[in-house]
Amino acid sequence: MKMTVLKSAIAGLALVATGVMAEEGTVGFEINGDIPIVTRVPAAAHLDGALSEAISGWEYRDSSTQAMQMDDFDNPAMLAVEQAAEVWNTAMGTVGKSCADCHGDVNESMIGIRATYPKWNEKAGEVRTLAMQVNNCLTENMGAEAWKYDGADMAAMEALISIPSRGMPVNVAIDGPVASVWEQGKEMYYTRYGQLELSCASCHELNYDNLIRADHLSQGQINAFPVYRLKDTGLVTTHGRFKGCVRDTRAETFAAGSPEFVALELYVASRGNGLSVEAPAVRP
Amino acid sequence: MNLTRRETVLLAAGASVAVMVPFRAFADAAENIAAFTGGAAVGEGGITLTAPEIAENGNTVPVDVDAPGAVEIMVLAVGNPNPAVGTFKFGPLAAAQMASTRIRLSKTQNVMAIAKMADGSFVQATKEVKVTIGGCGG
Amino acid sequence: MADNVTPRVRVPRDAKAGEAITIKTLISHQMESGQRKDGDGNLIPRSIINRFTCDFNGQNVIDITMEPAISTNPYFEFQSLVPESGTFTFTWYDDDGSVYTDTKDIAVS
Repeated sequence: MKMTVLKSAIAGLALVATGVMAEEGTVGFEINGDIPIVTRVPAAAHLDGALSEAISGWEYRDSSTQAMQMDDFDNPAMLAVEQAAEVWNTAMGTVGKSCADCHGDVNESMIGIRATYPKWNEKAGEVRTLAMQVNNCLTENMGAEAWKYDGADMAAMEALISIPSRGMPVNVAIDGPVASVWEQGKEMYYTRYGQLELSCASCHELNYDNLIRADHLSQGQINAFPVYRLKDTGLVTTHGRFKGCVRDTRAETFAAGSPEFVALELYVASRGNGLSVEAPAVRP
Repeated sequence: MNLTRRETVLLAAGASVAVMVPFRAFADAAENIAAFTGGAAVGEGGITLTAPEIAENGNTVPVDVDAPGAVEIMVLAVGNPNPAVGTFKFGPLAAAQMASTRIRLSKTQNVMAIAKMADGSFVQATKEVKVTIGGCGG
Repeated sequence: MADNVTPRVRVPRDAKAGEAITIKTLISHQMESGQRKDGDGNLIPRSIINRFTCDFNGQNVIDITMEPAISTNPYFEFQSLVPESGTFTFTWYDDDGSVYTDTKDIAVS
Protein backbone atom coordinates (compact mmCIF):
# COMPACT_ATOMS: atom_id res chain seq x y z
CA MET A 1 0.00 0.00 0.00
CA LYS A 2 2.65 2.55 -0.97
CA MET A 3 1.91 5.64 -2.92
CA THR A 4 3.61 8.82 -3.78
CA VAL A 5 2.02 11.94 -2.44
CA LEU A 6 2.69 15.56 -1.75
CA LYS A 7 4.36 15.98 1.58
CA SER A 8 2.05 18.43 3.25
CA ALA A 9 -1.62 19.16 3.18
CA ILE A 10 -3.22 16.85 0.66
CA ALA A 11 -1.44 13.76 1.78
CA GLY A 12 -4.41 11.55 1.00
CA LEU A 13 -4.36 12.38 -2.67
CA ALA A 14 -2.41 9.82 -4.64
CA LEU A 15 -0.26 11.28 -7.37
CA VAL A 16 0.93 8.12 -9.02
CA ALA A 17 3.55 8.51 -11.74
CA THR A 18 3.51 12.28 -11.89
CA GLY A 19 7.27 12.48 -11.61
CA VAL A 20 7.01 15.26 -9.04
CA MET A 21 9.93 14.56 -6.73
CA ALA A 22 10.89 17.71 -4.88
CA GLU A 23 8.54 17.98 -1.92
CA GLU A 24 7.61 14.34 -1.70
CA GLY A 25 7.39 11.75 0.92
CA THR A 26 6.26 8.16 0.83
CA VAL A 27 3.10 7.16 2.59
CA GLY A 28 3.99 3.83 4.22
CA PHE A 29 0.57 3.14 5.68
CA GLU A 30 -2.68 4.65 6.85
CA ILE A 31 -4.10 4.66 10.34
CA ASN A 32 -7.77 3.60 10.42
CA GLY A 33 -7.69 3.74 6.64
CA ASP A 34 -7.91 7.53 6.70
CA ILE A 35 -4.75 9.06 8.22
CA PRO A 36 -1.87 8.71 5.73
CA ILE A 37 1.48 8.40 7.47
CA VAL A 38 4.62 9.50 5.63
CA THR A 39 7.34 7.04 6.65
CA ARG A 40 10.07 8.15 4.24
CA VAL A 41 10.97 11.68 3.34
CA PRO A 42 14.06 13.35 1.88
CA ALA A 43 16.30 14.29 4.81
CA ALA A 44 16.22 17.85 6.11
CA ALA A 45 18.85 20.19 4.67
CA HIS A 46 20.49 20.67 8.07
CA LEU A 47 21.52 17.02 8.01
CA ASP A 48 23.93 17.97 5.27
CA GLY A 49 23.82 14.58 3.62
CA ALA A 50 24.35 12.57 6.83
CA LEU A 51 21.09 10.82 5.89
CA SER A 52 19.61 10.73 2.42
CA GLU A 53 16.17 9.97 3.78
CA ALA A 54 14.50 10.29 7.14
CA ILE A 55 12.78 6.95 7.77
CA SER A 56 10.21 6.18 10.43
CA GLY A 57 10.91 3.33 12.84
CA TRP A 58 7.68 1.77 11.53
CA GLU A 59 9.58 0.69 8.41
CA TYR A 60 11.90 -1.53 10.49
CA ARG A 61 9.20 -3.50 12.22
CA ASP A 62 7.71 -6.89 11.40
CA SER A 63 4.36 -6.92 9.67
CA SER A 64 2.52 -8.15 12.77
CA THR A 65 3.85 -5.23 14.83
CA GLN A 66 3.11 -2.83 11.99
CA ALA A 67 -0.45 -4.10 11.76
CA MET A 68 -1.13 -3.27 15.40
CA GLN A 69 -0.54 0.38 14.60
CA MET A 70 -2.77 0.55 11.54
CA ASP A 71 -6.06 0.40 13.42
CA ASP A 72 -6.63 2.33 16.64
CA PHE A 73 -8.59 -0.55 18.07
CA ASP A 74 -5.63 -2.88 17.64
CA ASN A 75 -3.22 -0.33 19.16
CA PRO A 76 -2.98 -0.93 22.93
CA ALA A 77 -1.68 2.63 23.43
CA MET A 78 -5.26 3.77 22.97
CA LEU A 79 -6.12 2.39 26.41
CA ALA A 80 -3.77 4.99 27.90
CA VAL A 81 -5.17 7.64 25.55
CA GLU A 82 -8.69 6.96 26.83
CA GLN A 83 -7.52 7.24 30.42
CA ALA A 84 -5.74 10.51 29.64
CA ALA A 85 -8.90 11.84 28.00
CA GLU A 86 -10.66 11.42 31.35
CA VAL A 87 -7.80 13.21 33.11
CA TRP A 88 -8.07 16.01 30.54
CA ASN A 89 -11.62 16.65 31.71
CA THR A 90 -10.90 16.28 35.43
CA ALA A 91 -10.24 19.28 37.68
CA MET A 92 -6.82 19.01 39.32
CA GLY A 93 -4.94 21.06 41.89
CA THR A 94 -5.86 23.97 44.12
CA VAL A 95 -7.19 26.11 41.26
CA GLY A 96 -9.85 23.51 40.58
CA LYS A 97 -9.52 23.61 36.82
CA SER A 98 -9.19 20.83 34.29
CA CYS A 99 -7.14 20.91 31.09
CA ALA A 100 -10.44 21.24 29.23
CA ASP A 101 -11.45 24.35 31.17
CA CYS A 102 -8.73 26.30 29.35
CA HIS A 103 -8.04 24.20 26.27
CA GLY A 104 -11.49 22.86 25.41
CA ASP A 105 -11.63 19.83 23.14
CA VAL A 106 -8.18 18.29 22.93
CA ASN A 107 -8.87 17.19 19.36
CA GLU A 108 -9.30 20.79 18.29
CA SER A 109 -7.06 22.88 20.54
CA MET A 110 -4.07 20.56 20.23
CA ILE A 111 -4.05 20.20 16.43
CA GLY A 112 -0.46 20.54 15.24
CA ILE A 113 1.02 20.93 18.73
CA ARG A 114 2.91 17.62 18.79
CA ALA A 115 4.46 18.43 15.40
CA THR A 116 6.35 21.52 16.56
CA TYR A 117 7.68 20.50 19.99
CA PRO A 118 10.24 20.97 21.47
CA LYS A 119 10.01 24.71 20.84
CA TRP A 120 11.07 28.04 22.25
CA ASN A 121 8.96 29.56 25.02
CA GLU A 122 9.48 33.30 24.87
CA LYS A 123 8.04 34.08 28.28
CA ALA A 124 10.13 31.49 30.07
CA GLY A 125 13.16 32.09 27.88
CA GLU A 126 13.77 28.37 27.40
CA VAL A 127 13.29 25.45 25.04
CA ARG A 128 10.25 23.51 26.19
CA THR A 129 9.33 19.92 25.48
CA LEU A 130 5.69 18.88 25.49
CA ALA A 131 6.23 17.22 28.88
CA MET A 132 7.72 20.42 30.31
CA GLN A 133 4.74 22.36 29.00
CA VAL A 134 2.29 19.91 30.59
CA ASN A 135 4.11 20.10 33.92
CA ASN A 136 4.23 23.87 33.65
CA CYS A 137 0.45 23.93 33.23
CA LEU A 138 0.02 21.63 36.22
CA THR A 139 2.23 23.61 38.59
CA GLU A 140 1.77 27.19 37.38
CA ASN A 141 -1.81 27.30 36.13
CA MET A 142 -3.58 24.54 38.02
CA GLY A 143 -1.89 24.52 41.41
CA ALA A 144 -1.19 20.83 41.04
CA GLU A 145 1.89 18.66 41.57
CA ALA A 146 4.14 18.07 38.57
CA TRP A 147 4.01 14.57 37.10
CA LYS A 148 7.05 12.34 36.87
CA TYR A 149 8.70 13.45 33.65
CA ASP A 150 8.71 10.04 32.00
CA GLY A 151 6.00 8.41 34.12
CA ALA A 152 2.78 6.76 32.99
CA ASP A 153 0.56 9.82 33.53
CA MET A 154 2.82 12.02 31.42
CA ALA A 155 3.22 9.39 28.70
CA ALA A 156 -0.54 8.99 28.46
CA MET A 157 -1.13 12.75 28.28
CA GLU A 158 1.56 13.15 25.60
CA ALA A 159 -0.12 10.35 23.65
CA LEU A 160 -3.52 12.05 23.94
CA ILE A 161 -2.13 15.41 22.83
CA SER A 162 -0.39 13.72 19.88
CA ILE A 163 -3.61 12.23 18.47
CA PRO A 164 -4.91 15.36 16.68
CA SER A 165 -1.48 15.87 15.04
CA ARG A 166 -1.20 12.40 13.55
CA GLY A 167 -0.35 12.54 9.89
CA MET A 168 0.97 16.11 10.12
CA PRO A 169 4.62 16.61 9.23
CA VAL A 170 7.08 17.08 12.09
CA ASN A 171 8.23 20.67 11.79
CA VAL A 172 10.61 21.55 14.61
CA ALA A 173 12.38 24.92 14.37
CA ILE A 174 16.15 24.79 14.78
CA ASP A 175 17.16 28.41 14.32
CA GLY A 176 16.68 31.67 16.19
CA PRO A 177 16.60 31.39 19.97
CA VAL A 178 16.79 27.58 19.98
CA ALA A 179 19.95 27.43 17.86
CA SER A 180 22.40 27.05 20.75
CA VAL A 181 20.36 24.31 22.40
CA TRP A 182 20.04 22.57 19.02
CA GLU A 183 23.84 22.72 18.61
CA GLN A 184 24.24 21.24 22.09
CA GLY A 185 21.90 18.41 21.12
CA LYS A 186 23.77 17.82 17.90
CA GLU A 187 27.07 17.60 19.74
CA MET A 188 25.57 15.05 22.13
CA TYR A 189 24.25 13.02 19.21
CA TYR A 190 27.78 12.53 17.91
CA THR A 191 29.48 12.09 21.32
CA ARG A 192 30.48 8.56 22.26
CA TYR A 193 29.19 7.55 25.69
CA GLY A 194 29.79 4.65 28.02
CA GLN A 195 32.11 1.69 28.21
CA LEU A 196 30.96 0.63 24.77
CA GLU A 197 31.87 4.07 23.40
CA LEU A 198 28.75 4.41 21.31
CA SER A 199 27.21 7.63 20.12
CA CYS A 200 23.63 7.92 18.92
CA ALA A 201 25.10 8.08 15.42
CA SER A 202 27.02 4.81 15.86
CA CYS A 203 23.77 2.88 15.79
CA HIS A 204 21.17 5.17 14.28
CA GLU A 205 23.08 7.01 11.54
CA LEU A 206 25.89 4.63 10.54
CA ASN A 207 24.12 1.31 11.13
CA TYR A 208 20.41 1.73 10.71
CA ASP A 209 18.82 -1.24 8.94
CA ASN A 210 21.57 -3.49 10.38
CA LEU A 211 21.07 -5.88 13.27
CA ILE A 212 22.52 -5.30 16.73
CA ARG A 213 22.18 -8.76 18.23
CA ALA A 214 18.56 -9.52 17.32
CA ASP A 215 17.40 -5.90 17.13
CA HIS A 216 16.73 -4.36 13.77
CA LEU A 217 18.23 -0.89 14.14
CA SER A 218 16.15 2.06 13.04
CA GLN A 219 17.19 5.65 12.57
CA GLY A 220 16.05 6.35 16.11
CA GLN A 221 13.42 8.81 14.91
CA ILE A 222 11.07 10.10 17.61
CA ASN A 223 8.09 11.12 15.46
CA ALA A 224 6.22 8.11 16.88
CA PHE A 225 6.82 8.76 20.61
CA PRO A 226 5.43 8.02 23.08
CA VAL A 227 5.24 4.44 21.85
CA TYR A 228 3.48 1.38 23.24
CA ARG A 229 6.33 -1.04 23.68
CA LEU A 230 5.39 -4.71 23.50
CA LYS A 231 8.33 -5.56 25.75
CA ASP A 232 7.03 -3.31 28.52
CA THR A 233 3.33 -3.60 27.62
CA GLY A 234 3.09 0.11 28.29
CA LEU A 235 3.97 3.53 26.95
CA VAL A 236 7.58 4.67 26.72
CA THR A 237 8.42 8.36 26.40
CA THR A 238 11.22 9.89 24.37
CA HIS A 239 13.37 10.52 27.44
CA GLY A 240 12.57 7.04 28.77
CA ARG A 241 13.92 5.66 25.49
CA PHE A 242 16.96 7.95 25.64
CA LYS A 243 17.72 6.65 29.13
CA GLY A 244 17.54 3.08 27.87
CA CYS A 245 19.84 3.86 24.94
CA VAL A 246 22.46 5.61 27.09
CA ARG A 247 22.31 2.80 29.62
CA ASP A 248 22.83 0.30 26.80
CA THR A 249 26.15 2.03 26.06
CA ARG A 250 27.03 1.21 29.69
CA ALA A 251 27.09 4.84 30.71
CA GLU A 252 25.58 6.69 33.63
CA THR A 253 22.48 8.10 32.00
CA PHE A 254 21.15 11.64 32.15
CA ALA A 255 17.88 12.18 33.97
CA ALA A 256 14.56 12.37 32.16
CA GLY A 257 13.77 16.05 31.75
CA SER A 258 17.41 17.08 32.17
CA PRO A 259 18.70 19.99 30.04
CA GLU A 260 20.91 17.48 28.22
CA PHE A 261 17.98 15.30 27.14
CA VAL A 262 15.87 18.34 26.26
CA ALA A 263 18.65 19.47 23.91
CA LEU A 264 18.99 15.96 22.50
CA GLU A 265 15.23 15.71 21.98
CA LEU A 266 15.20 18.96 20.04
CA TYR A 267 18.03 17.78 17.80
CA VAL A 268 16.66 14.25 17.26
CA ALA A 269 13.17 15.61 16.57
CA SER A 270 14.64 17.90 13.90
CA ARG A 271 16.30 14.93 12.18
CA GLY A 272 12.77 13.70 11.51
CA ASN A 273 11.37 16.95 10.12
CA GLY A 274 8.94 16.01 7.37
CA LEU A 275 7.99 12.60 8.77
CA SER A 276 4.40 12.33 9.96
CA VAL A 277 3.55 12.50 13.62
CA GLU A 278 2.77 8.85 14.35
CA ALA A 279 2.38 8.90 18.11
CA PRO A 280 1.33 6.86 19.91
CA ALA A 281 2.90 4.07 17.85
CA VAL A 282 3.56 0.39 18.55
CA ARG A 283 7.12 -0.91 18.79
CA PRO A 284 8.59 -4.20 20.03
CA MET B 1 32.83 -11.64 32.34
CA ASN B 2 35.42 -13.50 34.38
CA LEU B 3 34.23 -16.80 35.75
CA THR B 4 35.77 -18.53 38.72
CA ARG B 5 36.12 -22.28 38.51
CA ARG B 6 33.23 -22.72 40.94
CA GLU B 7 30.92 -20.53 38.88
CA THR B 8 31.85 -22.48 35.78
CA VAL B 9 30.93 -25.74 37.47
CA LEU B 10 27.64 -24.26 38.62
CA LEU B 11 26.88 -23.05 35.10
CA ALA B 12 27.54 -26.50 33.74
CA ALA B 13 25.20 -27.98 36.33
CA GLY B 14 22.56 -25.41 35.39
CA ALA B 15 22.95 -26.27 31.73
CA SER B 16 22.25 -29.94 32.35
CA VAL B 17 19.09 -29.00 34.24
CA ALA B 18 18.06 -26.74 31.36
CA VAL B 19 18.31 -29.67 28.96
CA MET B 20 15.74 -31.52 31.05
CA VAL B 21 13.21 -28.70 30.95
CA PRO B 22 11.80 -29.29 27.46
CA PHE B 23 10.88 -32.84 28.41
CA ARG B 24 9.04 -31.59 31.47
CA ALA B 25 7.25 -28.94 29.41
CA PHE B 26 6.33 -31.51 26.81
CA ALA B 27 4.95 -33.74 29.53
CA ASP B 28 2.86 -30.81 30.80
CA ALA B 29 1.53 -30.17 27.31
CA ALA B 30 0.71 -33.87 26.96
CA GLU B 31 -1.33 -33.65 30.15
CA ASN B 32 -3.22 -30.66 28.78
CA ILE B 33 -3.90 -32.51 25.53
CA ALA B 34 -5.05 -35.64 27.36
CA ALA B 35 -7.39 -33.60 29.54
CA PHE B 36 -8.87 -31.94 26.45
CA THR B 37 -9.18 -34.99 24.21
CA GLY B 38 -9.77 -37.65 26.84
CA GLY B 39 -7.07 -39.64 25.11
CA ALA B 40 -8.83 -39.72 21.72
CA ALA B 41 -6.73 -39.77 18.54
CA VAL B 42 -5.94 -36.35 17.08
CA GLY B 43 -5.93 -35.93 13.31
CA GLU B 44 -4.53 -33.28 10.99
CA GLY B 45 -6.29 -30.88 8.62
CA GLY B 46 -9.42 -28.83 9.00
CA ILE B 47 -7.74 -26.42 11.38
CA THR B 48 -5.58 -23.40 10.62
CA LEU B 49 -3.20 -21.81 13.11
CA THR B 50 -1.68 -18.51 12.08
CA ALA B 51 1.24 -16.99 13.98
CA PRO B 52 4.33 -15.03 12.93
CA GLU B 53 7.42 -17.07 12.03
CA ILE B 54 9.48 -14.61 14.04
CA ALA B 55 8.02 -12.67 16.95
CA GLU B 56 9.79 -9.39 17.61
CA ASN B 57 8.86 -9.68 21.23
CA GLY B 58 7.58 -12.77 23.02
CA ASN B 59 5.35 -10.69 25.27
CA THR B 60 2.71 -9.98 22.63
CA VAL B 61 2.48 -12.52 19.81
CA PRO B 62 -0.62 -12.38 17.60
CA VAL B 63 -2.23 -15.79 17.03
CA ASP B 64 -5.30 -16.74 14.98
CA VAL B 65 -7.13 -20.09 15.07
CA ASP B 66 -9.74 -21.21 12.58
CA ALA B 67 -11.46 -24.61 12.53
CA PRO B 68 -14.76 -24.62 10.61
CA GLY B 69 -17.29 -26.78 12.44
CA ALA B 70 -15.36 -26.91 15.70
CA VAL B 71 -17.10 -26.85 19.06
CA GLU B 72 -14.03 -25.59 20.86
CA ILE B 73 -10.35 -24.93 20.21
CA MET B 74 -7.57 -25.22 22.77
CA VAL B 75 -4.31 -23.31 22.24
CA LEU B 76 -1.05 -24.46 23.82
CA ALA B 77 2.40 -22.89 23.94
CA VAL B 78 4.32 -26.14 24.27
CA GLY B 79 7.57 -24.54 25.50
CA ASN B 80 6.10 -22.20 28.11
CA PRO B 81 6.56 -23.03 31.81
CA ASN B 82 2.79 -23.47 31.83
CA PRO B 83 1.77 -24.56 28.31
CA ALA B 84 -1.94 -23.70 28.64
CA VAL B 85 -2.89 -20.50 26.77
CA GLY B 86 -6.65 -20.59 26.44
CA THR B 87 -9.69 -22.49 25.21
CA PHE B 88 -12.24 -20.97 22.85
CA LYS B 89 -15.75 -22.42 23.10
CA PHE B 90 -18.06 -21.38 20.29
CA GLY B 91 -21.70 -20.72 21.12
CA PRO B 92 -24.76 -21.04 18.87
CA LEU B 93 -24.30 -17.48 17.57
CA ALA B 94 -20.64 -17.83 16.56
CA ALA B 95 -20.57 -16.95 12.85
CA ALA B 96 -17.33 -18.82 12.35
CA GLN B 97 -15.23 -21.06 14.54
CA MET B 98 -12.32 -18.68 14.50
CA ALA B 99 -10.70 -16.27 16.92
CA SER B 100 -7.63 -14.07 17.29
CA THR B 101 -5.70 -13.11 20.39
CA ARG B 102 -2.24 -12.09 21.59
CA ILE B 103 -0.13 -14.45 23.66
CA ARG B 104 3.10 -14.69 25.64
CA LEU B 105 5.88 -17.00 24.52
CA SER B 106 8.82 -17.46 26.89
CA LYS B 107 11.17 -18.57 24.08
CA THR B 108 11.26 -20.04 20.57
CA GLN B 109 8.81 -22.94 20.54
CA ASN B 110 5.85 -24.67 18.95
CA VAL B 111 2.40 -23.23 19.35
CA MET B 112 -0.33 -25.85 19.02
CA ALA B 113 -4.08 -25.61 18.45
CA ILE B 114 -6.40 -28.59 18.90
CA ALA B 115 -10.02 -28.41 17.80
CA LYS B 116 -12.84 -30.57 19.08
CA MET B 117 -15.22 -31.02 16.17
CA ALA B 118 -19.00 -31.33 16.39
CA ASP B 119 -18.78 -35.12 15.85
CA GLY B 120 -16.41 -35.49 18.82
CA SER B 121 -13.25 -35.97 16.73
CA PHE B 122 -10.10 -33.90 17.21
CA VAL B 123 -7.72 -32.20 14.81
CA GLN B 124 -4.57 -30.22 15.47
CA ALA B 125 -2.18 -27.77 13.87
CA THR B 126 1.28 -26.71 15.03
CA LYS B 127 3.40 -23.70 14.16
CA GLU B 128 6.91 -22.87 15.27
CA VAL B 129 7.42 -19.28 16.40
CA LYS B 130 10.95 -17.98 16.79
CA VAL B 131 11.15 -15.45 19.60
CA THR B 132 13.96 -12.94 19.25
CA ILE B 133 15.57 -11.45 22.31
CA GLY B 134 16.47 -7.91 21.44
CA GLY B 135 19.70 -6.31 22.59
CA CYS B 136 18.22 -2.96 23.49
CA GLY B 137 16.57 -2.46 26.85
CA GLY B 138 15.31 0.84 28.08
CA MET C 1 -10.14 -4.98 41.77
CA ALA C 2 -7.09 -4.40 39.63
CA ASP C 3 -6.34 -0.75 38.90
CA ASN C 4 -7.60 1.04 35.83
CA VAL C 5 -9.49 -1.82 34.24
CA THR C 6 -11.17 -0.37 31.17
CA PRO C 7 -12.96 -2.55 28.61
CA ARG C 8 -13.08 -1.52 24.97
CA VAL C 9 -15.34 -3.19 22.43
CA ARG C 10 -15.86 -2.63 18.73
CA VAL C 11 -19.16 -3.76 17.23
CA PRO C 12 -20.71 -2.40 14.03
CA ARG C 13 -23.70 -0.11 14.72
CA ASP C 14 -25.91 -1.95 12.27
CA ALA C 15 -25.99 -5.14 10.23
CA LYS C 16 -28.23 -7.18 7.97
CA ALA C 17 -30.14 -10.08 9.51
CA GLY C 18 -28.04 -13.22 9.51
CA GLU C 19 -24.90 -11.34 8.56
CA ALA C 20 -21.57 -12.34 10.14
CA ILE C 21 -20.00 -9.40 11.93
CA THR C 22 -16.51 -9.01 13.35
CA ILE C 23 -16.16 -8.07 16.99
CA LYS C 24 -12.96 -6.89 18.64
CA THR C 25 -12.43 -6.55 22.38
CA LEU C 26 -9.59 -5.17 24.48
CA ILE C 27 -9.37 -4.66 28.22
CA SER C 28 -6.65 -2.95 30.22
CA HIS C 29 -5.29 -5.52 32.65
CA GLN C 30 -1.80 -6.42 33.82
CA MET C 31 -2.43 -10.19 33.53
CA GLU C 32 0.18 -10.87 36.21
CA SER C 33 1.36 -14.35 35.29
CA GLY C 34 2.55 -15.59 38.68
CA GLN C 35 5.93 -16.33 37.07
CA ARG C 36 7.56 -12.96 37.69
CA LYS C 37 9.60 -11.85 40.68
CA ASP C 38 9.65 -8.44 42.32
CA GLY C 39 12.78 -6.39 43.13
CA ASP C 40 13.37 -8.43 46.29
CA GLY C 41 13.19 -11.76 44.48
CA ASN C 42 9.74 -12.69 45.78
CA LEU C 43 7.27 -14.26 43.39
CA ILE C 44 4.51 -11.82 42.39
CA PRO C 45 1.24 -13.71 42.86
CA ARG C 46 -0.86 -14.56 39.81
CA SER C 47 -3.65 -12.08 39.10
CA ILE C 48 -5.33 -12.47 35.73
CA ILE C 49 -8.65 -12.32 33.97
CA ASN C 50 -9.45 -16.02 33.64
CA ARG C 51 -12.58 -16.01 31.47
CA PHE C 52 -14.25 -13.88 28.83
CA THR C 53 -17.74 -14.36 27.40
CA CYS C 54 -19.78 -12.67 24.70
CA ASP C 55 -23.56 -13.15 24.51
CA PHE C 56 -26.20 -11.67 22.25
CA ASN C 57 -29.78 -11.38 23.52
CA GLY C 58 -28.99 -14.14 26.02
CA GLN C 59 -27.44 -16.56 23.53
CA ASN C 60 -23.73 -17.35 23.67
CA VAL C 61 -21.31 -16.30 20.94
CA ILE C 62 -18.01 -17.28 22.49
CA ASP C 63 -16.75 -18.40 25.89
CA ILE C 64 -13.00 -18.22 26.39
CA THR C 65 -10.97 -19.77 29.19
CA MET C 66 -7.87 -17.63 29.72
CA GLU C 67 -4.51 -18.66 31.17
CA PRO C 68 -1.53 -16.51 32.23
CA ALA C 69 -0.06 -16.88 28.72
CA ILE C 70 -2.62 -14.38 27.41
CA SER C 71 -0.79 -11.04 27.00
CA THR C 72 -1.23 -7.92 29.10
CA ASN C 73 -4.31 -5.97 27.95
CA PRO C 74 -6.12 -9.07 26.61
CA TYR C 75 -7.29 -8.76 23.01
CA PHE C 76 -9.84 -10.93 21.21
CA GLU C 77 -11.33 -10.87 17.76
CA PHE C 78 -14.15 -13.21 16.67
CA GLN C 79 -17.27 -13.38 14.51
CA SER C 80 -20.91 -13.33 15.47
CA LEU C 81 -24.26 -13.81 13.81
CA VAL C 82 -26.96 -11.23 14.53
CA PRO C 83 -30.41 -12.72 13.91
CA GLU C 84 -32.24 -9.60 15.13
CA SER C 85 -31.67 -6.21 16.69
CA GLY C 86 -30.45 -6.44 20.23
CA THR C 87 -27.63 -6.14 22.72
CA PHE C 88 -24.25 -7.75 23.00
CA THR C 89 -23.04 -8.36 26.55
CA PHE C 90 -19.33 -8.75 27.16
CA THR C 91 -18.09 -10.10 30.49
CA TRP C 92 -14.58 -10.49 31.86
CA TYR C 93 -13.98 -12.50 35.07
CA ASP C 94 -11.00 -11.52 37.26
CA ASP C 95 -9.10 -13.93 39.56
CA ASP C 96 -9.95 -11.59 42.43
CA GLY C 97 -13.68 -12.05 41.91
CA SER C 98 -14.25 -8.78 40.06
CA VAL C 99 -16.48 -8.93 37.00
CA TYR C 100 -16.19 -6.30 34.27
CA THR C 101 -18.99 -5.89 31.73
CA ASP C 102 -19.72 -3.84 28.67
CA THR C 103 -22.73 -3.82 26.36
CA LYS C 104 -23.24 -2.74 22.78
CA ASP C 105 -26.49 -2.36 20.87
CA ILE C 106 -26.82 -3.27 17.23
CA ALA C 107 -29.65 -2.48 14.81
CA VAL C 108 -30.49 -5.23 12.34
CA SER C 109 -32.33 -4.45 9.14
